[in-house]
Amino acid sequence: MLEVSGLRKVYRSQRREVEAIRDLTFTVDDGELVCVVGPSGCGKTTLLRCVAGLLGPTGGAVRLAGNAVTGPPPGMAVVFQEYGRSLFPWLSVHDNVDLPLRQKRVPRPRRAALVSEALTAVGLDGTQQSNPWQLSGGMQQRVAIARAVAYEPSVLLMDEPFAAVDAQTRAELEDLVRALWQRLGVTILFVTHDIDEAVYLGQRVLVLSASPTVVQDELLVDLPAARDQLHTRADARFTALRARVYEQIQAAKGAQPNTAISS
Amino acid sequence: MIRRFLTVLALPVTLFLFWYVASRTSESFYAPPLRTILVAFGDTWTWPRLRADVLPSLGRLAAGYLLAALLGVGLGIAVGASRRLRAAAEPVLEFFRAVPPPVLVPVIMVFAGIGNAMKVIVIVSGCVWPILLNTVEGVRAVDAVLSDTSRAYGITGFARLRYLLLPGAAPQIITGLRQALSLAIILMVISEMVAASNGLGFTIVQFQRSFAIPQMWSGIIVLGLLGFVLSELFRLGERFALGWYHGRREAQRRS
Repeated sequence: MLEVSGLRKVYRSQRREVEAIRDLTFTVDDGELVCVVGPSGCGKTTLLRCVAGLLGPTGGAVRLAGNAVTGPPPGMAVVFQEYGRSLFPWLSVHDNVDLPLRQKRVPRPRRAALVSEALTAVGLDGTQQSNPWQLSGGMQQRVAIARAVAYEPSVLLMDEPFAAVDAQTRAELEDLVRALWQRLGVTILFVTHDIDEAVYLGQRVLVLSASPTVVQDELLVDLPAARDQLHTRADARFTALRARVYEQIQAAKGAQPNTAISS
Repeated sequence: MIRRFLTVLALPVTLFLFWYVASRTSESFYAPPLRTILVAFGDTWTWPRLRADVLPSLGRLAAGYLLAALLGVGLGIAVGASRRLRAAAEPVLEFFRAVPPPVLVPVIMVFAGIGNAMKVIVIVSGCVWPILLNTVEGVRAVDAVLSDTSRAYGITGFARLRYLLLPGAAPQIITGLRQALSLAIILMVISEMVAASNGLGFTIVQFQRSFAIPQMWSGIIVLGLLGFVLSELFRLGERFALGWYHGRREAQRRS
């Protein structure tokens, strides 16, 4: 279980302090897919970096399976928005997926199997020897997803992974994430600014307020587990849920407290 | 391919012909006709001479340059990766970089004598700065997202150096190495001109002092050719090491 309790993050510079996150408390159960959505600039990425152990919180704690997260924990994989900047341009697609496994000291035969399985799962057979920059944006993000999948994480963090790909690719990748999640039983925390995406993907949606951030609302997505782009998005329940999230975000934007505290 | 070859050769050949024709009837003792110089070139740069003077020079050059590269890249990675070290070291680095390397020759002679060690030290002390400073910049410019990715996937310690910092800083490191290469040749010649018993710089000065002017000119041509060959070798090496970099730039330009 992933627990975030009383998380607070204040960025300090010489001149001023900016309170990005005021107080976030939520949990994600094992095998759950939770989407986090909020108005732009509400500290979604800060939250994700804290959860990933890449950023130390000012207050509160993140716990993974009961252990406090103080650095990047083993068993956690991250997919970033900027696919072009999160893959090693000097390594081939194969080596990009393989390198984290080597660091984890996975035996060679197992590594080979994991890499080719993961690349097949994301539909990237036959690109192993290419460099990432030879692929399209959508394919690059597939490589990043393959790298995360091959790592066999217990928790997968995704930071607006599809914000920079075109709409059709995005729909395909959304279905890919749901399919992988159902097959692997991995816990996913999916950060997005896209309301439709949050409702379409998640079992649960956390709506964040504007910065300084608190949890504005939390809702259960009671849609059937088998979802598809055409029917799910036309479903009356889907429309109702997205309307609710939309309202909450509008409300969050309206009630903006001061963001800067002078020191 | 042939066309490219011709384009590359066109200007040097033109210049050479111009020199040849313009100096054809020269009576000047100090600027003899190119024909005379070429004859002297053939007579002077024979195999024994190459072994006695060019090889020692190349040896000093290689030793100094490689040592400077090791030092510069090693220290540069350390300074670039640590904010505290950078804050402490940067003013000092700027000071040393601003000192023109040739003025160090007499100073270094005082404590390193006039042997090979002195020449190597002179080359190192001049070449290390561009490599060091470019490496620092290169490490600082390593992409933040890529750095986060590495940390998240447990790519730390030596692997971080091997797979993130070195290749990430490579384009900048190579820029520094290129600047250092021409510096190294200059410093090699200067150190040999000041105090030596063999080497290219020494030979050229000897010719000049014994008024063997065509021979002196031929030595200068040897230096030019040496610089040209080394920079071409460097380019080949760069193409191999930075294939990904040029490929990606090409891909970005097309899209």
